[in-house]
Amino acid sequence: MLSVSQLDFDYAGVRALSGVSIEVGSGEIVAIVGANGAGKTSLIRAIAGMLVPRAGCVHWHGQDITGWPSHRVCELGIGQVAEGRQIFPSLTVEENLRIGAMIARARTQESAHLTRVFAMFPRLAERRRQVAGTLSGGEQQMLAIGRCLMGAPELILFDEPSLGLSPALVQEVFATIQSLNREGITIVLVEQNVAQSLRLAHRAYVLETGQIAMAGTGAALLADDRVRQAYLAL
Amino acid sequence: MTDWAGRMAGDAPPRALPLLAALLAALLVLPAIVDSYVLSIAILVLYFAYVGQAWNIMMGFAGQLSLGHSLYVGLGAYASAVLFVHHGVAPWIGAFAAIGAAIAAAAIIGALAFRFGIAGVYFALLTIAFAEFTRIGFDHFPWIGGSGGLFLPVARHGESEFWMLRGPPVMFYYVILSMAAMAFAMCRLLMVGRIGYYWRALREDEDAARALGIDIFRYKMLAILISSAMTAPAGVFFAFYYNTLFPEQIFSMLRSIELILGPIIGGLGTLFGPILGAFVLTVLAEVLNEVLAALGWEIPGARQVFYGLCLLVVVMYLPEGIWPALARRLGLERRR
Repeated sequence: MLSVSQLDFDYAGVRALSGVSIEVGSGEIVAIVGANGAGKTSLIRAIAGMLVPRAGCVHWHGQDITGWPSHRVCELGIGQVAEGRQIFPSLTVEENLRIGAMIARARTQESAHLTRVFAMFPRLAERRRQVAGTLSGGEQQMLAIGRCLMGAPELILFDEPSLGLSPALVQEVFATIQSLNREGITIVLVEQNVAQSLRLAHRAYVLETGQIAMAGTGAALLADDRVRQAYLAL
Repeated sequence: MTDWAGRMAGDAPPRALPLLAALLAALLVLPAIVDSYVLSIAILVLYFAYVGQAWNIMMGFAGQLSLGHSLYVGLGAYASAVLFVHHGVAPWIGAFAAIGAAIAAAAIIGALAFRFGIAGVYFALLTIAFAEFTRIGFDHFPWIGGSGGLFLPVARHGESEFWMLRGPPVMFYYVILSMAAMAFAMCRLLMVGRIGYYWRALREDEDAARALGIDIFRYKMLAILISSAMTAPAGVFFAFYYNTLFPEQIFSMLRSIELILGPIIGGLGTLFGPILGAFVLTVLAEVLNEVLAALGWEIPGARQVFYGLCLLVVVMYLPEGIWPALARRLGLERRR
């Protein structure tokens, strides 16, 4: 479904990604874990068309989409929930959601998607007329996810969805990701929260200083000594 | 038409429409009840309401700070005035040339800035730079009068006055009132349309808007093109109302600043903000002048100091502008 090969990217003269290749199959949850600065966000943004890689390519259903701008990538059905949630604080919850459905692929289905999102997140329905900046951190994360769903994505790229949330809310976000996956949405999850991500993911990649250090199923990586020492402090 | 009317009314608070109708009615009968001095101030208020509305599209709606809108006023003024003076072309036709000239300049600025990611302060500097070098260029362009200025003949015999925009202040009053009303309606349509949503997303968080699939370059370009196209007719009005054009004045930085004060003080991104801001600034500045004159104090620059104080008070106590606070008082909040 999604195939990234030999991706290089320099950030301010420093190599952020170097020969990164990943494969994501339809219906999978693929986690990309690693420390701060390992290149996780660069990888997500290169896939999403938010930055142009120096070398390498991105294929989507066999089509070369390397360097496509994000508005074209979104139309393909690749959605993203960016780091730090990035909601529009002075717009209402409903306006935030509606903006998510303005791409051509989702526009005609706007009301249907809105109903679906409200069914999934009743809290958002309660607060639909409230200004988004007044929501709690957890609610804002739900809004960010809901807004992404408004674009009817086939694949969602999650960048650090657990960042800044309480442990209980982190559980809720991970449960949401899992249920989206059960509904058939493919997930790429970028996380610093290694243990939980590996438990959730079918497969995972460990990114270290811009390179893929390890790859395998979530369970295998969880059991791997190097992963346990470096990321799980066991 | 009914569809348009429906969208225009849309989510407007129920009390807004009667109030708007009353305001329009009052403005329509105003020339019958006031003297020429008040009328001249009313014209000034409506002029600033109009250009403020046009500028507000860029800053208030799309979040792009332009400090060089005098460029579009000046190009509009010169395009129509030159056609009139040298070729006898009526301003109503000249307005198309004016809009064309402003759009061409905006396209160059926009393409440069938005293609190469020039944003924020740097974008504002770029807009100033364009206005400034146009001013200097026009200063050295004798065909259009150069720094000596371009003067429009006040009356032309044998031609329809209205068609050539030669007439008494009352005529200019109704022209600028129609322009302000149209600008208001147009901004309302843009605001409730899809483009308005895109602009607001862009203004709030450009990166997030991009991530959601909004073509940032395209919507920024549309903002600058629409805003400049709307600003140019203000230049046409200026040229035919004042009959004299000097590059030094019309392209000056001061003009650019003057026209953005109204929307900032009235309320950025709101429809009534530019109108209210223009009213507050112009009327209060006139009152201040009158009071100072009555006291026998001639203070040069009092007006600028007053503008500064207004800005200071609003920024400190009403950062959203006067209109949002007033709207809450009047029970005119958005229904959504």
